[in-house]
Amino acid sequence: MKIEQAENEIVEEFSMFDDWMGKYEHIIELGKSLPIIEEKYKTDDRLIKGCQSKVWLHSEISNGKIFYTADSDAIITKGLVALVIRVLSEHSPDEIVNAKMEFVDRIGLKQHLSPTRANGLVNMIKQMKLDALALKAKA
Amino acid sequence: MITKEKQITVDVQKVRKDFPILSRKVNDKPLIYFDSGATAQKPKQVINAITKYYSEQNANIHRGVHALSQEITTAYENARATIQKHINAKHAHEIIFTSGTTESINLVGSGFAKGFVNAGDEIIVSEMEHHSNILPWQMLCEEKNALLKVVPINETGELILDEFKKLLSPKTKLFAITHVSNTLGTINPIKEIISLAHAKNIPVLVDGAQAIPHMKVDVQNLDADFYCFSGHKVYGPTGVGILYGKEEWLHKLPNYQVGGGTIKTVSFAKTEYADIPLRFEAGTPHIEGGIGLAVALDYLNEVGLEIISAYEYELLEYATEKLSAIEGLKIIGTSQNKASVISFVLEGIHPYDAGVILDQLGIAVRTGHHCTQPIMDKFGISGTVRASLAFYNTKEEIDELVHGIEKVKSMLK
Repeated sequence: MKIEQAENEIVEEFSMFDDWMGKYEHIIELGKSLPIIEEKYKTDDRLIKGCQSKVWLHSEISNGKIFYTADSDAIITKGLVALVIRVLSEHSPDEIVNAKMEFVDRIGLKQHLSPTRANGLVNMIKQMKLDALALKAKA
Repeated sequence: MITKEKQITVDVQKVRKDFPILSRKVNDKPLIYFDSGATAQKPKQVINAITKYYSEQNANIHRGVHALSQEITTAYENARATIQKHINAKHAHEIIFTSGTTESINLVGSGFAKGFVNAGDEIIVSEMEHHSNILPWQMLCEEKNALLKVVPINETGELILDEFKKLLSPKTKLFAITHVSNTLGTINPIKEIISLAHAKNIPVLVDGAQAIPHMKVDVQNLDADFYCFSGHKVYGPTGVGILYGKEEWLHKLPNYQVGGGTIKTVSFAKTEYADIPLRFEAGTPHIEGGIGLAVALDYLNEVGLEIISAYEYELLEYATEKLSAIEGLKIIGTSQNKASVISFVLEGIHPYDAGVILDQLGIAVRTGHHCTQPIMDKFGISGTVRASLAFYNTKEEIDELVHGIEKVKSMLK
């Protein structure tokens, strides 16, 4: 599946909810399904800086595709990470680097992309792209 | 004139009409603003003063001979006098306009680094300081090979005065302490602390950013050597703040930033600097900020600062009682002597998650470490939810917060 397709799928999934509560309850549920990072990778150097909640990210490359796992101490953050991973994971570094990630805005969660210090989503996406580039260079 | 009725309590519905932003909606809900500790909302009197400045008064101060410049210079200097009177400073030239509390502290820190601190000397701060009252001193100590000493706090979030007394030594050059903790709400016994420090000839800098909005501060009565605060936390404009310094200290303190406005005469051979306060006010200042700040203080005095303090205390007691009754909620900062700031944690719920859900309900709280990471370490937590209450808040809004927290619990359990 292309990145854009994955984004469209999420947009459609969220169109089912007509109020914020449904949307956030869904995000909370998604948080519980996040591909959890292995404990040994939950180290400070994998911590994404600038988030109010802690987010650990681990990236691996296999057959030219990047695989992400992550965890967070906040459940809404976990849900947002799960969405981003669903979109980006198992794609090539080039696809990942060029992904526009417009779905966050399209599902009405634009405030999570604002560059406030409280919020890690921007930093998270940036780190995922940087990891993809670094792994591509190494591979 | 203050009527008898006014003296009893804040007429909150009347007061709320003075703050235009309080009638707006957030996420389709009426805004409930519990983040005044981060920045307070502005009454229309302040907004009007800023509009008037740009519509009718704009000119540069202290230089021009033309009417506009003279008018605005008078207005700016009158603002300084209003601020002087508000904190009962002895002289208007003891009031330095800065960009905020942070710059006020950095100004003193920079002066102490240049003039008064040598290797092996000590600076004391407390464990409850905002990062802005830690980092300038930490940097100074690193530069000068001096030592930063820290007064610990107890489980209720109060300074341990016995430990403070032990830290005072002949090497101590300054004690920098907050008047009111932005995270815990603790009101420190500043007068007693200053008197203990002065008994050992140690000057004291007070971070008053969180005190000035809530209570009457008299710098002469406290005998503070330096007292710092920000305009925007006391219902005034952002980008302006005050450094009060005792005349004798300001005369001794080396220059901070220099440039236009700070001089008497300049030549390449020798520059003669201006007297205080202008020596510390380089460049064109935040003119409408200074004027707006004075208008904000006038507004507070018109409502009545003592009445405000009493009403905010009533809100604090009400909120403490209601929040304490919520299962799994723990208040962080339980000093007997508190300003209207309540930090709390919810069992099993990250403060960030709580903040996101409360925001959806139109309730603005602050979450995180509130720029006081040492306090978080002390209490073994990563952050808190903080509701800071102001005199435009109501008990009904506190009830809404309680409902909001129940919603947070039901969604995140």
